[in-house]
Amino acid sequence: MTSRPLPRLLVPLDALGRWASGIVVSLGRFGTFFTLALATIASPPFKFRAFVNRIDYIGFRSLLIILLTGAFTGMVLGLQVYITLSRFGSEAFLGPAVALSLIRELGPVLAALMVTGRAGSALTAEIGIMRITEQIDALTVMALNPFRYLVAPSMLAGVVTFPLMTALFDVVGIFGGYLVGVELLGLSRGTYFGEMQTFVDMRDIMTGFWKSLSFGIVVTWVCTYKGFHVGHGAEGVARATTQAVVLASVLILVWDYVLGSLLP
Amino acid sequence: MIKVEGVTKSFGAQPVLRGVDLEVPDGSITVIIGRSGGGKSVFLKHLLGLMRPDAGRVLIGGVEVTQLRGRALDRVRERYGVVFQGGALFDSLTCAENLAFPLREKTALTRAQIAERVATGLGRVGLADVGAKYPAEVSGGMRKRVAIARALVTEPEIVFFDEPTTGLDPILVNTIHGLIRELHQRLRFTAVMVSHEIPEIFQIADSIAMLHEGRIVEVGPSAVIQASANPIVQQFIRGEPEART
Repeated sequence: MTSRPLPRLLVPLDALGRWASGIVVSLGRFGTFFTLALATIASPPFKFRAFVNRIDYIGFRSLLIILLTGAFTGMVLGLQVYITLSRFGSEAFLGPAVALSLIRELGPVLAALMVTGRAGSALTAEIGIMRITEQIDALTVMALNPFRYLVAPSMLAGVVTFPLMTALFDVVGIFGGYLVGVELLGLSRGTYFGEMQTFVDMRDIMTGFWKSLSFGIVVTWVCTYKGFHVGHGAEGVARATTQAVVLASVLILVWDYVLGSLLP
Repeated sequence: MIKVEGVTKSFGAQPVLRGVDLEVPDGSITVIIGRSGGGKSVFLKHLLGLMRPDAGRVLIGGVEVTQLRGRALDRVRERYGVVFQGGALFDSLTCAENLAFPLREKTALTRAQIAERVATGLGRVGLADVGAKYPAEVSGGMRKRVAIARALVTEPEIVFFDEPTTGLDPILVNTIHGLIRELHQRLRFTAVMVSHEIPEIFQIADSIAMLHEGRIVEVGPSAVIQASANPIVQQFIRGEPEART
């Protein structure tokens, strides 16, 4: 069967339609992937060894970068906020300003971005290489569900490790702010921590917790999905890895805004 | 018996399989030959249930696998062993762990029984001493042999080989083919092999099917294929270059 060529005026419309339907198909596949992952998590058997491996892969191996970035973020915050507050004679509020910024926003977001750059990209590359070297097909023809070995443990590990990484980031960041504000710029220790206790409450901590937990799901979902649907060869893996990091980072920022406006 | 009836598959506007019919008797070695890009690997993926045909059906022991999904399809796959083109060994596991993996995950065998099966499996392919090494630490020929050992460790009824000797030197090609023949005589599995190793496959195949442009154009024992009057078959087995236009 041969089809008539489109009139020239309709060609851009045709291209737009193809692009739009491509997006809808991708979104459908993305959603189906998540549903399958949830169904796998909810059904036994649970692969404990794979889960522990993923905790190590996503969490433990990201520890150094989290400690470093947390410390310097807190130090920069301490310095900049101190300079700003001193203009109003309100240096006493340095502690709560640093703590609230870290606990509610910067901790969850920056920790998630750092883990995405380190572990998320590696997760996509690892699963992508397993795809192009037929290791995922090998699992399938062994009558073993690849979601159970690769996706479900990664998502669960994301749910566990992201809040823990964020908590570490927050604590180290608060001490970074303390180093600059108290030890370097001369604010009293009691004021720094005392005001923090007054102004930071459980709602702030829970906001940070829910954000980090949802980022853990988003990052592992995007990165495992991109690895599973990798293109051909080394170039395909490289492209999928870049796309995973970019998409996960954008989604972290968008979702941060959404949650920030929904949560108290 | 594996029976394939009228299987067609297209990717977009590009037809790859145009109505493939084939019968593979139990306990035989059937080799599918054909030019690169002729649809052999796509055809094999249909037998494995990794792809679904646009039309037609695949029957394994009378069960139509093209209609199966989930657990029902897994039950059929539990009868399979597969040797992938690149081996598809899990690179995070040692060679011994690669063999142990399907046994650990799919059987109720004890650790001792699994260790024994793994040792027997590696010994069968002459690699008793590489168990502790990772796939990246052994040669290409050894990786293929470990892949064969892994495919056979669950004692499958049907073993699929996707170009098991691609990229190996002629000596290793004959070694692998000899190994497959020997294991087949000992274990009596049904084998479906995709290969373009001419003339070596004539030594091991009970039946050869030539897939050309999405169709089986000739099928029969080695002698029949070698004496075929079909110019496409003759061109392929003689390795004659295409006429330039």
